Amino acid sequence: MARAAVPGGLTWQPATVAATRAETATARTLVLDVDGWTGHVPGQHVDVRLSAPDGYMAHRSYSISSAPGPDRLEVTVQAVIDGEVSPHLVEVAEPGDHLEIRGPLGGWFVRRPADPRPALLIGGGSGVAPLMSMVRAATTPTRLLYSTRSPSDALFTADLATAQATGDTPVAVTHVYTRVVPSGWPAPPRRLDADILARVAWPRDADVVAFVCGPTGFVETVADLLVDIGYNPSNIRTERFGPTGG
Amino acid sequence: MTVPTTDVGADDRPWVDGNALAGPLGEIIGADLTVAELTCAGCRMTRPLAAMRVFDRAPGLVARCPGCENVVMRLVRTADRALVDLRGSLVVSIPLPIT
Repeated sequence: MARAAVPGGLTWQPATVAATRAETATARTLVLDVDGWTGHVPGQHVDVRLSAPDGYMAHRSYSISSAPGPDRLEVTVQAVIDGEVSPHLVEVAEPGDHLEIRGPLGGWFVRRPADPRPALLIGGGSGVAPLMSMVRAATTPTRLLYSTRSPSDALFTADLATAQATGDTPVAVTHVYTRVVPSGWPAPPRRLDADILARVAWPRDADVVAFVCGPTGFVETVADLLVDIGYNPSNIRTERFGPTGG
Repeated sequence: MTVPTTDVGADDRPWVDGNALAGPLGEIIGADLTVAELTCAGCRMTRPLAAMRVFDRAPGLVARCPGCENVVMRLVRTADRALVDLRGSLVVSIPLPIT
């Protein structure tokens, strides 16, 4: 279903898969080359469109997980069982493949470089993807609280360790595991709760911006907890992706 | 229970949030409306479009107020037209750059 572009409107651009990188057994990062890509603001996403030989098209949105840069971006995709687009991106796409993207998209769930405030990032599952872009581009003190079911479900484990150890800007990473903990972990599996949040979050009188991304239930819970400990709702930005828990 | 898996807008979720409207609206309007604030005609609460619930697995896109579930925006593409129904929003407040 080819459609003419609206003058002044956002259009689809060709992108080439330059490389792929396995993140977990079911998630992969795709490095995309895009001619004329001028970069993004951490937190933004792109729409990715696939076309079948018979002309059928399907598109989905994926967060950009890389730091801003010209001509190249990375999206991290978690395969969805019976999904239409994600299984192809995770299991089939290979370097040299062509697809189409439009973006960068979204001006609300973004961490602008000029914002002088410290950032509290809270991610559930693959909701860490846009937060990873924020971590990689951090210029102010940044704390990431990352909830996954198990260590093998966690994305960017090595990258987060590196960001914590070597970045110019202080980045502190705290993991929470809800089902399986690493061996030697000092606590049993638990959900992210008020205690952990209070330990990681800056005090209520600090001028902090919080970004929360994950499944809907997770985001609602965390946003409520943040308000409970004194965060102003106007300083909490959220991005949800469905009603499942996790 | 289904497995929480994907990123914004991806596959088989009943709904996503208004962040996912950036592409479809950008395509027809050219501006990012996810930062626009909509006042719900149902409960009169004002929220950014990004914070609305968006049902996107139908021929059209339907944005609902997360507080009262009133439909605040519908967007339908036909072959040669885009229909934007805003009757569920009393006011659409669009931020402009300060010049």
